[in-house]
Amino acid sequence: MSKFNFPESIMSRPVYGTLEPRSGKAHLMVADAQGAEAIIGLSKADSGLLSKTHIIYIPKGTGDTYTGKLEKLGAAQLYVGPSYEAAKTRLQRTLAGAHMGLQVYLSGTEGLMGQAMLEATNAGIPHTAIQTEHRGSVARRMQCVHCKGITEDVMTDPFVCSHCGLSLFVRDHYSRRLAAFQGVCIDAEDPGNVPASVELYK
Amino acid sequence: MIMQFNEETFREDYTFHNSDWAINRFPFPFHEDSYMYAVNMEQHRGGPEGSIYEKRFDVDEHYVAEMKDRAMVLSDDPLRCQSLPHMTLAGWDLLELIMVSKSEDYPDLFELHRNGDKWHWINKPLGIEDHFTFLDETTLPYGPMEYITRQTQGDFCVLDQRDDNLWMDAGIVTTQADWSLDFDIGMNFFEWHAPVPLAHEKGIFVRALKFLLNIQQGAPARRLNWTMTVNPLLDTSPENYHKWGVQKTEITPENIGRKQYLRVELQTFFRLPRSNGLVFPIRCYLIAFEDLVKIPKWGRRLHRVIRDLPVELATYKGFIDNRPMMLDYLSEFDDGEPTSDGIWPDRHLE
Ligand code: HEM
Repeated sequence: MSKFNFPESIMSRPVYGTLEPRSGKAHLMVADAQGAEAIIGLSKADSGLLSKTHIIYIPKGTGDTYTGKLEKLGAAQLYVGPSYEAAKTRLQRTLAGAHMGLQVYLSGTEGLMGQAMLEATNAGIPHTAIQTEHRGSVARRMQCVHCKGITEDVMTDPFVCSHCGLSLFVRDHYSRRLAAFQGVCIDAEDPGNVPASVELYK
Repeated sequence: MIMQFNEETFREDYTFHNSDWAINRFPFPFHEDSYMYAVNMEQHRGGPEGSIYEKRFDVDEHYVAEMKDRAMVLSDDPLRCQSLPHMTLAGWDLLELIMVSKSEDYPDLFELHRNGDKWHWINKPLGIEDHFTFLDETTLPYGPMEYITRQTQGDFCVLDQRDDNLWMDAGIVTTQADWSLDFDIGMNFFEWHAPVPLAHEKGIFVRALKFLLNIQQGAPARRLNWTMTVNPLLDTSPENYHKWGVQKTEITPENIGRKQYLRVELQTFFRLPRSNGLVFPIRCYLIAFEDLVKIPKWGRRLHRVIRDLPVELATYKGFIDNRPMMLDYLSEFDDGEPTSDGIWPDRHLE
């Protein structure tokens, strides 16, 4: 259950906290992979919380490691989906039907939290009112500044843009509107000289 | 004054050039022999006759060529001009500000005739004449911000003011010093400035924002910013960096005088009346090293500034690799004599 401590960075880079139960009639928890651990933590901190909660969960490579545990929490609604893309319209529908005061909790990878955050803010919930907790992989969702394509789950720096094939370095500059970090061509000033990729934060 | 507009390009064959008139009025950004980030803002209330500060929106010999270059950039990449849905009113504010200012400041070049909300705009240098209804988008070929900024030199960020912050919610950005509007749109003042080194720690952005939030209508402000560009390339965008980045390696001791440009931005700040937004025009001026050193004070001073500039700034501005070659060139023009205070030239080209 160890959590990764991101080093201090520039001001556009999101920072994540620790989920805490808030009072309210309705709660929405969106998580992927190890993010389930944070939800389980919330249910321990406040045993009454989950009966008022809609969970949207994407196991993302963790198989059924967490699904059984989540089923036992007694959530008002539990959805386990195959991918964020597949879950997105359900998330949008849930947010569209939400009443004032819905409490939103996001946990898991940065890509999941960033995209769900965007849906929530598009639905009118201020981003400062949304809780986040990073769990699991430090992979990033990256926008190629050149072709604008998004590459999901980038684990190395540099990496190859999955759309245009340029080798991009990983910046900490982050756009909430795109829910992505910025990737910029690494060999522009010395074409062909691409340094060996290293794992992020290694 | 009758203005001659240069036939010139900012790409490929790079025929851009400055006349002696343009060199004399170049906004040299260093008022002393060293440089560090500061909250360097002052009121924008005109300036010496003929200077780039004199008019609210300076029009110079590069006007027509710059507008052609902007049209090419936009045709290649429409994402360089974006406006979030709530920013249309601010776009009309901007259109009004520019049309009124230009028609008053350059009556020979621009005319604005208003009869209620029926407006008639004439732009002689670009050969544009349109009749439209103010605040009715359907009567213009583009949205109001895009319409007027396709006819105005410089990039434009249109900021929404809320929650004691400024939000970059609209803009047209084709002559930028390596930042992306498409990426930054929707960010607040601290977020879009995140990549800048040292300035956050010095509290510069906190103080600058406080100043900006208090700018009143009719009391615009201004500051200069600068960087370096190889070749007179206006569109040094991150979007196209994989194409132009390699040009930085094409500098040699033989060609540096003509290929290396000091790039200066005149940044101004105007409050917008209806939307209470703020507009931030960023006007880019380019000068080749070989032209800049024709003003002895500027040659001496630029050498000292570049020599003593902190590594963080030279790296951020993207010229750390070429700095030694720049210094070799510039040192020839620094005889060690003292320089006078202020940015103005110590001698004019005739
Ligand atoms: C609201 C108006 C303003 C806008 C839209 C704006 C926008 C920007 C942008 C987009 C950058 C590039 C950041 C990057 O690397 O991605 C930048 C850089 C910078 N800005 Fe601003 N800015 C504004 C006002 C100011 C003010 C008032 C100051 C006053 C101190 C300031 C100081 C700086 C500095 C020092 C840099 C680094 C420039 C360099 O070294 O070349 N900005 N600004």
